[in-house]
Amino acid sequence: MSTTRILAGLLALSAACSTGLAQEAKKEIGAGEGALNIVAWPGYIERGETDKAYDWVTGFEKETGCKVSVKTAATSDEMVTLMNQGGFDLVTASGDASLRLIAGKKVQPINIDLVPSWKTVDDRLKDAPWHTVDGVHYGTPYQWGPNVLAYNTTVFKDAPKSWSVVFEEQNLPDGKSNKGRVQAFDGPIYVADAALYLMKKKPELGIKNPYELNPTQYAAVMDLLKAQRALVGRYWHDAMVQVDDFKNEGVVASSSWPFQVNLLVADKKPVASTVPEEGATGWADTTMLHASAEHPNCAYLWLNHSLDPKVQGDLAAWFGSVPSVPAACKGNALLTDAGCDTNGMANFDKIWFWRTPTGKCEAEGACVPYSQWTKDYLAVMGQ
Amino acid sequence: MMAARAGTVSDFFFRRPGLLTLALLAPPLLWIGVVYVGSLFALLLQSFYHLDDFSGLVVHEFTLSTYAQLAAPANLAIITRTVTMAAVVTIAAAILAFPIAYYAARYAKGPMKALFYLAVMMPLWSSYLVKVYAWKLILAKEGILGWLAAQLHLTPALNALLATPVIGGPSLSISYIGTFLVFTYIWLPYMILPIQAALERVPKTLIEAAADLGAHPGQTFRTVLLPLALPGVVAGSIFTFSLTLGDYIIPAIVGNSRPFIGQTVYALQGTAGDIPLAAAFTVVPMAIMAVYLTIAKQLGAFDAL
Repeated sequence: MSTTRILAGLLALSAACSTGLAQEAKKEIGAGEGALNIVAWPGYIERGETDKAYDWVTGFEKETGCKVSVKTAATSDEMVTLMNQGGFDLVTASGDASLRLIAGKKVQPINIDLVPSWKTVDDRLKDAPWHTVDGVHYGTPYQWGPNVLAYNTTVFKDAPKSWSVVFEEQNLPDGKSNKGRVQAFDGPIYVADAALYLMKKKPELGIKNPYELNPTQYAAVMDLLKAQRALVGRYWHDAMVQVDDFKNEGVVASSSWPFQVNLLVADKKPVASTVPEEGATGWADTTMLHASAEHPNCAYLWLNHSLDPKVQGDLAAWFGSVPSVPAACKGNALLTDAGCDTNGMANFDKIWFWRTPTGKCEAEGACVPYSQWTKDYLAVMGQ
Repeated sequence: MMAARAGTVSDFFFRRPGLLTLALLAPPLLWIGVVYVGSLFALLLQSFYHLDDFSGLVVHEFTLSTYAQLAAPANLAIITRTVTMAAVVTIAAAILAFPIAYYAARYAKGPMKALFYLAVMMPLWSSYLVKVYAWKLILAKEGILGWLAAQLHLTPALNALLATPVIGGPSLSISYIGTFLVFTYIWLPYMILPIQAALERVPKTLIEAAADLGAHPGQTFRTVLLPLALPGVVAGSIFTFSLTLGDYIIPAIVGNSRPFIGQTVYALQGTAGDIPLAAAFTVVPMAIMAVYLTIAKQLGAFDAL
């Protein structure tokens, strides 16, 4: 597997390097081309096959005549590779993929005048730096969500106020130690969660942005993570495995997504979630248009459709995410009026959205890049 | 008309047998040479580049610094962990598989034999992921095994096992013991089938002759049966050993999250873009397998092939 993946990556990389000048956004849209190919996260484009109530594709196809085909991707890297290979029109890219796609010139600017629903988008997302470069929009916001602190309500009568319950050894309210009863995410991006905790805990380090760490700050973060290893039995990678760990392995607190929390609550397990005082990391996805999309008209029609309040609300209910269109929060039967708050709508200002850390950074001049995070985090898990 | 043309073609090749051989061999040779060896070579080449830590870009200059990184304590630990696990899994699989294969080769007849094949192959037909997730449930703290231990009043024994340093953990599914059990379960058929094939080829008369000459069963096993069945054991061990070396899904679902080579490669080639180190890590199992096969050859494991 590794050989082919690496080769595919290499080919993609060389293709990305050889493309030419910046592209201009479309000026007008014509009739649909009859088809549309989308790369998406699993569960993001539903046509009622899993549950009849969740269907935001069939109506679109009937209305526009654009037959939608979806290719799901499990990781951001897979999405970038698929887009580099071509043959797709749209991709629902997360913050760690979107800037890479823009830098690789694999996506084209969006003319927001051709997307009437743009004006309904949450103002806080309109110019978000993960899809807007030099004032040019490279996509429309799709959904976002926080990485919440999930906790067991029988152990914690009140929501934990700080991430310290997962980072530092202590006795939990039930009198027993947290050792072996907490989890952490197994991706290197979790380094940012630890940095976020130290931002408040040790202000003398002067961390301004958890994705931009100078070597001193980074060393302090690593020390914290190494100490955390002793508390963590298993790092979580797969959402369903974490749900199972909360049920069967006695896990009582962990960083998590609203998705898992909603599943556990639906299963009547004593689990709830909170965003502690330090804030939280989070993700925000953007629907982006391929630079050489074969069906640009259908793609623009979908961009507009994807911002429809009904679509946004249904999707938020299905995925446990927050809509990019505030109007979606009211009057949606599947999401209910409490849904947006459950999934984290009010926490926007406390969230540091996911970005790929690079060597160059605004806050510190020279920062520790993501490749180093990867190596060191593997070492932390392996110790 | 068609027949005449076909005749011309066959006449043409009949007169030039070398060309015929070439025409028949070209596609498989191209496949092996370009697609197979070519991609391996590209991989090997990558491992001699290095990643510039500052810019996060691959520097295309010959260097051995990437291989030097493998010697870092954390990376050495990953390699040692993976190789130890692969070795232990292989030994356990061989010990478990031998009697099963022996029974199938010697005693199972007719419907029993069919049942044996079905029983060994059945796990291979169901999804790998389903099996691993099922094992996670079996091994969980509040899972079936824990429940069974409680029913049999063996919980203290289970806890004592889990309290073992290094291989223990908070529960079976969060320990090396769990990872080991799942690996052994998943790869066992790959050990049973080659051993069974090898045992089928051992003439029954040789065993009887050994007994006639006064060897007791243990001696017969050591001096007759095992040497003759060794190619099967080695063939099986190549499967179980190399499959464990490369797997990255089982240790991610069952275990204590301490990384194995497969997971490390997966993480490095992703967003991190550290393809050189990922390639260097991939070369490790290849080198280990090369050494392993050489030793097996020295031991005469392939003489019977």
